[in-house]
Amino acid sequence: MKLDILTSLYVFMLAAFIGFEIIRRVSPLLHTPLMSLTNALDAIAVVGAIILAGEYHEHGALLAKILGTIAIVAATSNIVGGFLITDRMLRMFKASGPRKP
Amino acid sequence: MISVPATETIIEVTYLIATALFILSLKWLSSPTTARRGVFAGEIGMLLAIVGTLLHHGIVEYKWILIALVLGSIIGVPLGEVAMTAVPQRTALSHAFGALCVTLVGTAEFYLRAPGVPPFMMAVLSMEVILGSLTFTGSLMAAGKLQEILPQRPITYKGQNFVNLGLLGVAVVVAGVLVAHPEKMQLFPVIVGIPLVFGVMMIIPIGGADMPTVISLLNSYAGLSAAAMGFVLQSKLLIIAGALDGASGFILSVNMSKAMNRSFSNVLFGAFGQEQTSTAAGSKEARPVRSATPEEAAAILAAANKVVIVPGYGMAVAQAQHKVRELYDALTKRGIDVKFGIHPVAGRMPGHMNVLLAEADIPYDKLLDMDEINGEFPQTDVALVIGANDVTNPAARTDPSSPIFGMPILDVDKARTVMVIKRSMGAGFAGIENPLYYMDKTLMLFGDAKNFVGSIVRELAGGHG
Repeated sequence: MKLDILTSLYVFMLAAFIGFEIIRRVSPLLHTPLMSLTNALDAIAVVGAIILAGEYHEHGALLAKILGTIAIVAATSNIVGGFLITDRMLRMFKASGPRKP
Repeated sequence: MISVPATETIIEVTYLIATALFILSLKWLSSPTTARRGVFAGEIGMLLAIVGTLLHHGIVEYKWILIALVLGSIIGVPLGEVAMTAVPQRTALSHAFGALCVTLVGTAEFYLRAPGVPPFMMAVLSMEVILGSLTFTGSLMAAGKLQEILPQRPITYKGQNFVNLGLLGVAVVVAGVLVAHPEKMQLFPVIVGIPLVFGVMMIIPIGGADMPTVISLLNSYAGLSAAAMGFVLQSKLLIIAGALDGASGFILSVNMSKAMNRSFSNVLFGAFGQEQTSTAAGSKEARPVRSATPEEAAAILAAANKVVIVPGYGMAVAQAQHKVRELYDALTKRGIDVKFGIHPVAGRMPGHMNVLLAEADIPYDKLLDMDEINGEFPQTDVALVIGANDVTNPAARTDPSSPIFGMPILDVDKARTVMVIKRSMGAGFAGIENPLYYMDKTLMLFGDAKNFVGSIVRELAGGHG
Protein backbone atom coordinates (compact mmCIF):
# COMPACT_ATOMS: atom_id res chain seq x y z
CA MET A 1 0.00 0.00 0.00
CA LYS A 2 2.07 2.90 -1.23
CA LEU A 3 1.27 6.52 -0.52
CA ASP A 4 1.79 9.21 -3.04
CA ILE A 5 3.51 12.46 -2.10
CA LEU A 6 0.35 14.50 -1.83
CA THR A 7 -1.40 11.95 0.37
CA SER A 8 1.62 11.95 2.68
CA LEU A 9 1.44 15.72 2.92
CA TYR A 10 -2.28 15.59 3.71
CA VAL A 11 -1.66 13.03 6.46
CA PHE A 12 1.13 15.16 7.91
CA MET A 13 -0.93 18.34 7.84
CA LEU A 14 -3.98 16.77 9.49
CA ALA A 15 -1.85 15.08 12.16
CA ALA A 16 -0.09 18.36 12.90
CA PHE A 17 -3.45 20.11 13.38
CA ILE A 18 -4.70 17.34 15.65
CA GLY A 19 -1.42 17.48 17.56
CA PHE A 20 -1.71 21.23 18.15
CA GLU A 21 -5.33 21.00 19.27
CA ILE A 22 -4.79 18.08 21.65
CA ILE A 23 -1.52 19.24 23.14
CA ARG A 24 -2.74 22.78 23.74
CA ARG A 25 -5.20 21.22 26.19
CA VAL A 26 -2.56 19.41 28.22
CA SER A 27 -2.20 21.17 31.58
CA PRO A 28 1.25 22.70 32.29
CA LEU A 29 1.13 20.48 35.36
CA LEU A 30 1.87 17.49 33.10
CA HIS A 31 4.31 18.98 30.61
CA THR A 32 7.21 16.77 31.72
CA PRO A 33 5.22 13.51 31.37
CA LEU A 34 3.93 14.89 28.04
CA MET A 35 7.46 15.17 26.73
CA SER A 36 8.49 11.73 27.90
CA LEU A 37 5.31 10.19 26.47
CA THR A 38 5.61 11.83 23.04
CA ASN A 39 9.20 10.69 23.08
CA ALA A 40 8.15 7.09 23.61
CA LEU A 41 5.47 7.33 20.90
CA ASP A 42 7.99 8.89 18.53
CA ALA A 43 10.10 5.76 18.90
CA ILE A 44 7.54 4.07 16.64
CA ALA A 45 10.38 4.71 14.18
CA VAL A 46 11.42 1.25 15.39
CA VAL A 47 8.96 -0.09 12.80
CA GLY A 48 11.10 1.32 9.99
CA ALA A 49 14.25 0.01 11.61
CA ILE A 50 12.80 -3.51 11.96
CA ILE A 51 11.91 -3.67 8.28
CA LEU A 52 15.32 -2.29 7.33
CA ALA A 53 17.18 -4.86 9.42
CA GLY A 54 14.98 -7.82 8.49
CA GLU A 55 14.25 -7.38 4.80
CA TYR A 56 16.21 -9.03 2.04
CA HIS A 57 18.49 -6.59 0.22
CA GLU A 58 20.28 -7.43 -2.99
CA HIS A 59 23.17 -5.11 -2.22
CA GLY A 60 24.05 -3.11 0.88
CA ALA A 61 22.64 -5.93 3.01
CA LEU A 62 25.40 -5.73 5.62
CA LEU A 63 25.05 -1.94 5.97
CA ALA A 64 21.28 -2.24 6.30
CA LYS A 65 21.62 -4.97 8.92
CA ILE A 66 24.19 -3.12 11.04
CA LEU A 67 22.52 0.30 10.94
CA GLY A 68 19.05 -1.22 11.31
CA THR A 69 20.05 -3.25 14.36
CA ILE A 70 21.63 -0.26 16.13
CA ALA A 71 18.53 1.79 15.27
CA ILE A 72 16.25 -0.85 16.81
CA VAL A 73 18.30 -0.80 20.02
CA ALA A 74 18.13 3.00 20.23
CA ALA A 75 14.39 3.15 19.55
CA THR A 76 13.49 0.25 21.85
CA SER A 77 15.35 1.85 24.76
CA ASN A 78 13.20 4.96 24.21
CA ILE A 79 9.99 2.92 24.11
CA VAL A 80 10.73 0.99 27.29
CA GLY A 81 12.36 3.87 29.20
CA GLY A 82 9.82 6.43 28.00
CA PHE A 83 6.70 4.50 29.01
CA LEU A 84 8.27 3.43 32.32
CA ILE A 85 9.23 6.89 33.44
CA THR A 86 5.99 8.49 32.25
CA ASP A 87 3.97 6.03 34.28
CA ARG A 88 6.25 6.48 37.29
CA MET A 89 5.75 10.24 37.16
CA LEU A 90 1.99 10.04 36.70
CA ARG A 91 1.62 7.66 39.63
CA MET A 92 3.02 10.40 41.87
CA PHE A 93 0.32 12.92 40.98
CA LYS A 94 -2.33 12.59 43.68
CA ALA A 95 -5.32 14.76 44.49
CA SER A 96 -5.61 16.27 47.96
CA GLY A 97 -7.86 15.22 50.79
CA PRO A 98 -9.84 12.03 51.26
CA ARG A 99 -10.70 10.23 48.04
CA LYS A 100 -13.18 12.17 46.01
CA PRO A 101 -15.73 10.36 43.84
CA MET B 1 -0.97 -20.28 6.28
CA ILE B 2 -2.59 -16.93 5.59
CA SER B 3 -1.99 -15.48 2.18
CA VAL B 4 0.35 -12.56 1.67
CA PRO B 5 -2.30 -9.93 0.86
CA ALA B 6 -4.29 -10.92 3.97
CA THR B 7 -1.22 -10.50 6.18
CA GLU B 8 -0.56 -7.11 4.63
CA THR B 9 -4.12 -6.04 5.44
CA ILE B 10 -3.75 -7.25 9.02
CA ILE B 11 -0.55 -5.22 9.36
CA GLU B 12 -2.22 -2.11 7.98
CA VAL B 13 -5.10 -2.54 10.42
CA THR B 14 -2.75 -2.85 13.40
CA TYR B 15 -1.12 0.42 12.26
CA LEU B 16 -4.54 2.05 12.01
CA ILE B 17 -5.48 0.99 15.54
CA ALA B 18 -2.05 2.04 16.82
CA THR B 19 -2.53 5.50 15.30
CA ALA B 20 -5.90 5.92 17.00
CA LEU B 21 -4.44 4.75 20.31
CA PHE B 22 -1.54 7.23 20.03
CA ILE B 23 -3.94 10.11 19.53
CA LEU B 24 -6.13 8.94 22.43
CA SER B 25 -3.00 8.52 24.53
CA LEU B 26 -2.15 12.21 24.19
CA LYS B 27 -5.77 13.23 24.61
CA TRP B 28 -6.03 11.36 27.92
CA LEU B 29 -2.88 13.06 29.10
CA SER B 30 -4.80 16.34 29.34
CA SER B 31 -5.91 15.58 32.90
CA PRO B 32 -4.10 13.87 35.80
CA THR B 33 -7.17 11.68 36.40
CA THR B 34 -7.02 10.02 32.96
CA ALA B 35 -3.31 10.38 32.23
CA ARG B 36 -2.26 6.89 33.27
CA ARG B 37 -4.88 5.44 30.95
CA GLY B 38 -3.13 7.46 28.25
CA VAL B 39 0.17 5.72 28.92
CA PHE B 40 -1.57 2.36 28.75
CA ALA B 41 -3.18 3.23 25.41
CA GLY B 42 0.23 4.25 24.07
CA GLU B 43 1.77 0.98 25.22
CA ILE B 44 -0.93 -1.12 23.57
CA GLY B 45 -0.62 0.88 20.35
CA MET B 46 3.13 0.42 20.34
CA LEU B 47 2.88 -3.31 21.00
CA LEU B 48 0.34 -3.76 18.20
CA ALA B 49 2.48 -1.84 15.73
CA ILE B 50 5.63 -3.81 16.57
CA VAL B 51 3.88 -7.20 16.42
CA GLY B 52 2.21 -6.16 13.18
CA THR B 53 5.55 -5.20 11.69
CA LEU B 54 7.13 -8.50 12.71
CA LEU B 55 4.43 -10.27 10.65
CA HIS B 56 5.65 -8.41 7.58
CA HIS B 57 6.26 -11.00 4.84
CA GLY B 58 9.37 -9.21 3.59
CA ILE B 59 11.25 -9.90 6.80
CA VAL B 60 13.56 -12.83 6.18
CA GLU B 61 15.75 -12.79 9.26
CA TYR B 62 14.60 -12.34 12.84
CA LYS B 63 17.74 -13.10 14.82
CA TRP B 64 19.22 -9.60 14.90
CA ILE B 65 15.84 -7.94 15.29
CA LEU B 66 15.10 -9.94 18.41
CA ILE B 67 18.57 -9.44 19.86
CA ALA B 68 18.21 -5.68 19.27
CA LEU B 69 14.74 -5.57 20.84
CA VAL B 70 16.02 -7.35 23.95
CA LEU B 71 19.15 -5.20 24.17
CA GLY B 72 17.11 -2.02 23.76
CA SER B 73 14.77 -3.11 26.55
CA ILE B 74 17.73 -3.81 28.83
CA ILE B 75 19.07 -0.31 28.20
CA GLY B 76 15.60 1.21 28.50
CA VAL B 77 14.76 -0.07 31.98
CA PRO B 78 17.44 1.91 33.88
CA LEU B 79 16.57 4.95 31.74
CA GLY B 80 13.03 4.62 33.04
CA GLU B 81 14.20 4.49 36.63
CA VAL B 82 16.35 7.59 36.99
CA ALA B 83 15.74 10.05 39.85
CA MET B 84 13.16 12.74 39.21
CA THR B 85 15.84 15.44 39.41
CA ALA B 86 17.61 13.68 36.51
CA VAL B 87 14.55 13.58 34.24
CA PRO B 88 15.71 16.54 32.10
CA GLN B 89 19.00 14.89 31.12
CA ARG B 90 17.22 11.58 30.60
CA THR B 91 14.80 13.31 28.27
CA ALA B 92 17.65 14.94 26.35
CA LEU B 93 19.34 11.55 26.07
CA SER B 94 16.18 9.94 24.72
CA HIS B 95 15.90 12.71 22.09
CA ALA B 96 19.43 11.73 21.10
CA PHE B 97 18.50 8.03 20.82
CA GLY B 98 15.39 8.82 18.78
CA ALA B 99 17.40 11.02 16.44
CA LEU B 100 20.12 8.36 16.16
CA CYS B 101 17.56 5.78 15.05
CA VAL B 102 16.14 8.12 12.43
CA THR B 103 19.57 9.13 11.10
CA LEU B 104 20.80 5.54 10.80
CA VAL B 105 17.68 4.39 9.00
CA GLY B 106 17.86 7.41 6.69
CA THR B 107 21.50 6.72 5.86
CA ALA B 108 20.84 3.06 5.07
CA GLU B 109 17.80 3.95 2.96
CA PHE B 110 19.91 6.33 0.89
CA TYR B 111 22.56 3.75 0.09
CA LEU B 112 19.93 1.09 -0.67
CA ARG B 113 18.09 3.37 -3.10
CA ALA B 114 20.96 5.38 -4.63
CA PRO B 115 21.73 6.40 -7.29
CA GLY B 116 18.17 6.65 -8.61
CA VAL B 117 16.45 8.58 -5.80
CA PRO B 118 13.54 10.76 -7.04
CA PRO B 119 13.81 14.49 -6.13
CA PHE B 120 11.00 14.65 -3.54
CA MET B 121 12.29 11.51 -1.88
CA MET B 122 15.82 12.92 -1.79
CA ALA B 123 14.53 16.18 -0.29
CA VAL B 124 12.70 14.51 2.61
CA LEU B 125 15.56 12.08 3.08
CA SER B 126 17.95 15.01 3.39
CA MET B 127 15.65 16.67 5.89
CA GLU B 128 15.49 13.43 7.85
CA VAL B 129 19.25 13.01 8.18
CA ILE B 130 20.04 16.73 8.65
CA LEU B 131 17.48 17.16 11.46
CA GLY B 132 18.30 13.74 12.86
CA SER B 133 22.04 14.19 13.09
CA LEU B 134 21.94 17.73 14.49
CA THR B 135 19.39 16.60 17.08
CA PHE B 136 21.60 13.63 17.96
CA THR B 137 24.72 15.60 18.88
CA GLY B 138 22.73 18.62 20.12
CA SER B 139 20.79 16.45 22.55
CA LEU B 140 23.93 14.69 23.73
CA MET B 141 25.47 18.10 24.45
CA ALA B 142 22.31 19.23 26.27
CA ALA B 143 22.30 16.04 28.34
CA GLY B 144 25.99 16.58 29.15
CA LYS B 145 25.35 20.14 30.30
CA LEU B 146 22.35 19.10 32.41
CA GLN B 147 24.29 16.23 33.98
CA GLU B 148 27.10 18.76 34.57
CA ILE B 149 29.64 16.62 32.74
CA LEU B 150 30.08 19.63 30.47
CA PRO B 151 30.36 23.22 31.72
CA GLN B 152 26.92 24.82 32.04
CA ARG B 153 28.32 28.26 31.36
CA PRO B 154 27.68 29.47 27.81
CA ILE B 155 30.84 29.49 25.69
CA THR B 156 30.85 32.24 23.11
CA TYR B 157 33.34 33.60 20.63
CA LYS B 158 33.33 36.28 17.97
CA GLY B 159 31.52 35.35 14.78
CA GLN B 160 29.86 32.34 16.41
CA ASN B 161 26.47 32.84 14.79
CA PHE B 162 28.14 33.38 11.43
CA VAL B 163 30.07 30.09 11.74
CA ASN B 164 26.99 28.16 12.88
CA LEU B 165 24.64 29.48 10.24
CA GLY B 166 27.36 29.03 7.64
CA LEU B 167 27.73 25.37 8.58
CA LEU B 168 24.00 24.75 8.36
CA GLY B 169 23.88 26.68 5.09
CA VAL B 170 26.55 24.44 3.55
CA ALA B 171 24.61 21.31 4.58
CA VAL B 172 21.40 22.67 3.03
CA VAL B 173 23.19 23.61 -0.22
CA VAL B 174 24.81 20.17 -0.50
CA ALA B 175 21.38 18.60 0.13
CA GLY B 176 20.07 20.75 -2.72
CA VAL B 177 22.80 19.46 -5.02
CA LEU B 178 21.89 15.89 -4.07
CA VAL B 179 18.23 16.51 -4.86
CA ALA B 180 19.24 17.61 -8.35
CA HIS B 181 21.98 14.98 -8.77
CA PRO B 182 21.29 12.00 -6.51
CA GLU B 183 24.00 10.05 -8.32
CA LYS B 184 26.68 12.15 -6.56
CA MET B 185 26.70 9.66 -3.73
CA GLN B 186 30.03 10.86 -2.35
CA LEU B 187 28.22 14.03 -1.15
CA PHE B 188 25.91 12.15 1.19
CA PRO B 189 28.33 11.91 4.16
CA VAL B 190 28.49 15.73 4.09
CA ILE B 191 24.79 16.12 4.96
CA VAL B 192 25.25 13.76 7.89
CA GLY B 193 28.65 15.02 9.07
CA ILE B 194 28.08 18.77 9.01
CA PRO B 195 24.84 18.67 11.03
CA LEU B 196 26.62 16.45 13.57
CA VAL B 197 29.16 19.26 14.06
CA PHE B 198 26.43 21.91 13.96
CA GLY B 199 24.53 20.17 16.76
CA VAL B 200 27.55 20.55 19.04
CA MET B 201 28.21 24.17 18.02
CA MET B 202 24.54 25.06 18.49
CA ILE B 203 24.48 24.04 22.17
CA ILE B 204 27.92 25.41 23.17
CA PRO B 205 26.69 29.02 23.59
CA ILE B 206 23.54 28.04 25.51
CA GLY B 207 23.53 28.33 29.30
CA GLY B 208 21.89 26.08 31.88
CA ALA B 209 18.95 28.40 32.48
CA ASP B 210 17.89 28.22 28.82
CA MET B 211 17.67 24.43 28.87
CA PRO B 212 13.85 24.25 29.13
CA THR B 213 13.56 25.96 25.75
CA VAL B 214 16.38 24.00 24.17
CA ILE B 215 15.03 20.61 25.27
CA SER B 216 11.62 21.52 23.86
CA LEU B 217 13.14 22.64 20.60
CA LEU B 218 15.18 19.44 20.27
CA ASN B 219 11.99 17.51 21.03
CA SER B 220 10.34 19.25 18.10
CA TYR B 221 13.29 18.49 15.78
CA ALA B 222 13.26 14.84 16.82
CA GLY B 223 9.56 14.67 15.94
CA LEU B 224 10.00 16.38 12.59
CA SER B 225 12.89 14.11 11.62
CA ALA B 226 10.73 11.08 12.44
CA ALA B 227 7.91 12.50 10.32
CA ALA B 228 10.39 12.98 7.46
CA MET B 229 11.37 9.33 7.89
CA GLY B 230 7.66 8.52 7.56
CA PHE B 231 7.64 10.28 4.18
CA VAL B 232 10.70 8.31 3.06
CA LEU B 233 9.26 4.96 4.15
CA GLN B 234 5.73 6.00 3.15
CA SER B 235 4.41 5.08 6.56
CA LYS B 236 1.31 6.97 7.70
CA LEU B 237 1.81 5.78 11.27
CA LEU B 238 5.29 7.28 11.42
CA ILE B 239 4.23 10.53 9.76
CA ILE B 240 1.46 10.94 12.33
CA ALA B 241 3.57 10.02 15.37
CA GLY B 242 6.31 12.38 14.17
CA ALA B 243 3.84 15.20 13.55
CA LEU B 244 2.33 14.78 17.03
CA ASP B 245 5.76 14.85 18.64
CA GLY B 246 6.84 17.80 16.51
CA ALA B 247 3.69 19.74 17.42
CA SER B 248 4.18 18.98 21.10
CA GLY B 249 7.80 20.13 21.08
CA PHE B 250 6.85 23.25 19.17
CA ILE B 251 4.09 24.23 21.60
CA LEU B 252 6.38 23.68 24.58
CA SER B 253 9.18 25.70 22.97
CA VAL B 254 6.82 28.61 22.34
CA ASN B 255 5.57 28.38 25.96
CA MET B 256 9.09 28.39 27.32
CA SER B 257 10.29 31.29 25.17
CA LYS B 258 7.24 33.32 26.19
CA ALA B 259 7.83 32.53 29.85
CA MET B 260 11.40 33.78 29.51
CA ASN B 261 10.42 36.77 27.41
CA ARG B 262 12.69 35.73 24.59
CA SER B 263 12.29 34.81 20.98
CA PHE B 264 13.45 31.48 19.58
CA SER B 265 16.28 33.11 17.71
CA ASN B 266 17.29 34.94 20.87
CA VAL B 267 17.61 31.67 22.78
CA LEU B 268 19.56 30.02 19.99
CA PHE B 269 21.75 32.93 18.99
CA GLY B 270 21.60 35.21 22.02
CA ALA B 271 23.89 33.70 24.68
CA PHE B 272 22.14 35.30 27.64
CA GLY B 273 24.12 36.33 30.68
CA GLN B 274 26.82 37.95 28.57
CA GLU B 275 25.46 41.47 28.17
CA GLN B 276 24.09 41.83 31.68
CA THR B 277 27.39 41.90 33.57
CA SER B 278 27.64 45.67 33.17
CA THR B 279 24.22 46.44 34.67
CA ALA B 280 24.94 44.24 37.68
CA ALA B 281 28.19 46.00 38.44
CA GLY B 282 26.60 49.46 38.32
CA SER B 283 24.28 49.40 41.32
CA LYS B 284 26.30 47.70 43.99
CA GLU B 285 25.54 49.99 46.93
CA ALA B 286 24.49 48.26 50.12
CA ARG B 287 20.77 48.85 50.61
CA PRO B 288 19.08 47.85 53.85
CA VAL B 289 17.10 44.63 53.91
CA ARG B 290 15.00 43.18 56.71
CA SER B 291 15.80 39.65 57.76
CA ALA B 292 14.09 37.23 60.11
CA THR B 293 14.86 34.10 62.12
CA PRO B 294 13.03 30.77 61.75
CA GLU B 295 11.06 31.53 64.95
CA GLU B 296 9.82 34.84 63.55
CA ALA B 297 9.02 33.27 60.19
CA ALA B 298 7.08 30.45 61.88
CA ALA B 299 5.08 32.95 63.95
CA ILE B 300 4.13 34.96 60.86
CA LEU B 301 3.15 31.82 58.92
CA ALA B 302 1.09 30.52 61.85
CA ALA B 303 -0.88 33.78 61.95
CA ALA B 304 -1.70 33.68 58.23
CA ASN B 305 -4.91 32.49 56.60
CA LYS B 306 -3.53 32.03 53.13
CA VAL B 307 0.03 31.15 52.14
CA VAL B 308 1.46 30.77 48.64
CA ILE B 309 4.78 28.98 48.31
CA VAL B 310 6.86 29.85 45.24
CA PRO B 311 9.52 27.22 44.60
CA GLY B 312 12.39 27.66 42.16
CA TYR B 313 15.07 25.34 40.94
CA GLY B 314 17.18 26.33 43.98
CA MET B 315 14.71 24.41 46.13
CA ALA B 316 15.34 21.24 44.13
CA VAL B 317 19.10 21.78 44.19
CA ALA B 318 18.93 22.02 47.99
CA GLN B 319 16.75 18.85 47.98
CA ALA B 320 14.29 20.77 50.14
CA GLN B 321 11.05 19.49 48.59
CA HIS B 322 10.40 16.93 51.33
CA LYS B 323 10.90 19.54 54.07
CA VAL B 324 8.55 21.80 52.11
CA ARG B 325 5.96 19.03 52.18
CA GLU B 326 6.33 18.87 55.98
CA LEU B 327 5.78 22.63 56.10
CA TYR B 328 2.72 22.21 53.88
CA ASP B 329 1.35 19.52 56.23
CA ALA B 330 2.04 21.59 59.37
CA LEU B 331 0.31 24.67 57.97
CA THR B 332 -2.63 22.76 56.47
CA LYS B 333 -3.19 21.06 59.82
CA ARG B 334 -3.67 24.50 61.37
CA GLY B 335 -6.37 25.23 58.83
CA ILE B 336 -4.19 27.52 56.72
CA ASP B 337 -4.85 27.53 52.97
CA VAL B 338 -1.54 26.63 51.30
CA LYS B 339 -0.98 26.69 47.55
CA PHE B 340 2.04 26.57 45.28
CA GLY B 341 2.72 29.05 42.49
CA ILE B 342 4.74 27.47 39.69
CA HIS B 343 6.46 29.54 37.05
CA PRO B 344 6.74 27.77 33.66
CA VAL B 345 10.54 27.87 33.77
CA ALA B 346 10.91 26.75 37.38
CA GLY B 347 13.07 23.69 36.84
CA ARG B 348 15.21 22.43 34.01
CA MET B 349 12.46 21.36 31.62
CA PRO B 350 8.78 22.22 31.11
CA GLY B 351 6.70 21.02 34.07
CA HIS B 352 9.73 19.73 35.98
CA MET B 353 8.85 21.50 39.26
CA ASN B 354 5.40 19.89 39.33
CA VAL B 355 6.98 16.45 39.09
CA LEU B 356 9.43 17.22 41.90
CA LEU B 357 6.62 18.44 44.18
CA ALA B 358 4.32 15.57 43.27
CA GLU B 359 7.16 13.21 44.17
CA ALA B 360 7.23 14.85 47.63
CA ASP B 361 3.51 13.94 47.92
CA ILE B 362 2.11 17.42 47.51
CA PRO B 363 -1.37 17.10 45.99
CA TYR B 364 -1.47 18.26 42.36
CA ASP B 365 -4.57 20.40 42.85
CA LYS B 366 -2.44 22.67 45.08
CA LEU B 367 0.07 23.23 42.26
CA LEU B 368 -1.10 26.23 40.27
CA ASP B 369 0.57 27.65 37.22
CA MET B 370 1.44 31.31 36.89
CA ASP B 371 -1.77 32.48 35.24
CA GLU B 372 -3.93 30.72 37.83
CA ILE B 373 -2.07 31.93 40.91
CA ASN B 374 -1.33 35.54 39.98
CA GLY B 375 -4.89 36.67 40.66
CA GLU B 376 -4.65 35.27 44.19
CA PHE B 377 -1.60 37.14 45.47
CA PRO B 378 -3.49 40.30 46.60
CA GLN B 379 -5.54 38.10 48.99
CA THR B 380 -2.46 36.20 50.15
CA ASP B 381 -1.09 36.84 53.64
CA VAL B 382 2.34 35.34 53.10
CA ALA B 383 4.19 34.55 49.87
CA LEU B 384 7.12 32.27 50.68
CA VAL B 385 9.77 32.22 47.95
CA ILE B 386 12.16 29.26 48.10
CA GLY B 387 15.09 29.20 45.71
CA ALA B 388 13.47 31.35 43.04
CA ASN B 389 14.75 34.77 42.02
CA ASP B 390 14.26 36.27 38.57
CA VAL B 391 10.74 34.86 38.17
CA THR B 392 9.64 36.99 41.17
CA ASN B 393 11.43 40.17 40.13
CA PRO B 394 8.90 43.04 39.96
CA ALA B 395 11.32 44.98 37.76
CA ALA B 396 10.03 42.79 34.92
CA ARG B 397 6.72 44.68 35.29
CA THR B 398 7.90 48.15 36.27
CA ASP B 399 11.39 48.93 35.02
CA PRO B 400 11.71 49.26 31.23
CA SER B 401 15.49 49.45 31.54
CA SER B 402 15.71 46.02 33.18
CA PRO B 403 17.01 43.21 30.96
CA ILE B 404 14.06 41.07 31.99
CA PHE B 405 11.43 43.80 31.44
CA GLY B 406 8.29 42.24 29.97
CA MET B 407 9.01 38.73 31.26
CA PRO B 408 5.89 37.27 32.86
CA ILE B 409 6.50 36.87 36.59
CA LEU B 410 4.76 35.62 39.71
CA ASP B 411 3.38 38.74 41.42
CA VAL B 412 4.59 37.81 44.91
CA ASP B 413 5.13 41.50 45.71
CA LYS B 414 1.33 41.90 45.82
CA ALA B 415 1.03 39.62 48.85
CA ARG B 416 0.80 41.26 52.29
CA THR B 417 4.10 39.81 53.46
CA VAL B 418 6.85 38.28 51.34
CA MET B 419 9.44 35.91 52.76
CA VAL B 420 12.43 34.87 50.68
CA ILE B 421 14.67 31.98 51.65
CA LYS B 422 18.05 32.63 50.11
CA ARG B 423 21.67 31.81 50.86
CA SER B 424 22.94 35.36 50.49
CA MET B 425 22.20 38.58 48.66
CA GLY B 426 23.87 37.33 45.45
CA ALA B 427 22.04 38.06 42.20
CA GLY B 428 20.27 35.51 40.01
CA PHE B 429 21.65 33.69 36.99
CA ALA B 430 21.44 36.78 34.79
CA GLY B 431 23.07 38.96 37.46
CA ILE B 432 19.96 41.11 37.76
CA GLU B 433 19.15 42.99 41.00
CA ASN B 434 15.80 42.06 42.51
CA PRO B 435 14.02 45.11 44.05
CA LEU B 436 11.64 42.70 45.79
CA TYR B 437 14.28 42.09 48.46
CA TYR B 438 14.37 45.76 49.49
CA MET B 439 10.63 46.25 49.91
CA ASP B 440 9.28 47.04 53.39
CA LYS B 441 6.99 44.02 53.33
CA THR B 442 9.82 41.64 52.48
CA LEU B 443 11.66 39.54 55.05
CA MET B 444 14.83 37.79 53.99
CA LEU B 445 15.41 34.39 55.53
CA PHE B 446 19.10 33.73 55.04
CA GLY B 447 20.24 30.14 54.99
CA ASP B 448 20.11 26.80 53.26
CA ALA B 449 16.59 26.13 52.01
CA LYS B 450 16.36 22.63 53.46
CA ASN B 451 17.66 23.59 56.92
CA PHE B 452 15.65 26.77 57.11
CA VAL B 453 12.36 25.13 56.17
CA GLY B 454 13.20 22.34 58.62
CA SER B 455 13.68 24.90 61.41
CA ILE B 456 10.35 26.57 60.61
CA VAL B 457 8.62 23.18 60.74
CA ARG B 458 10.20 22.45 64.16
CA GLU B 459 9.07 25.85 65.46
CA LEU B 460 5.53 25.25 64.25
CA ALA B 461 5.47 21.84 65.94
CA GLY B 462 6.96 23.21 69.15
CA GLY B 463 4.48 26.09 69.34
CA HIS B 464 1.65 23.61 69.04
CA GLY B 465 2.44 21.49 72.06
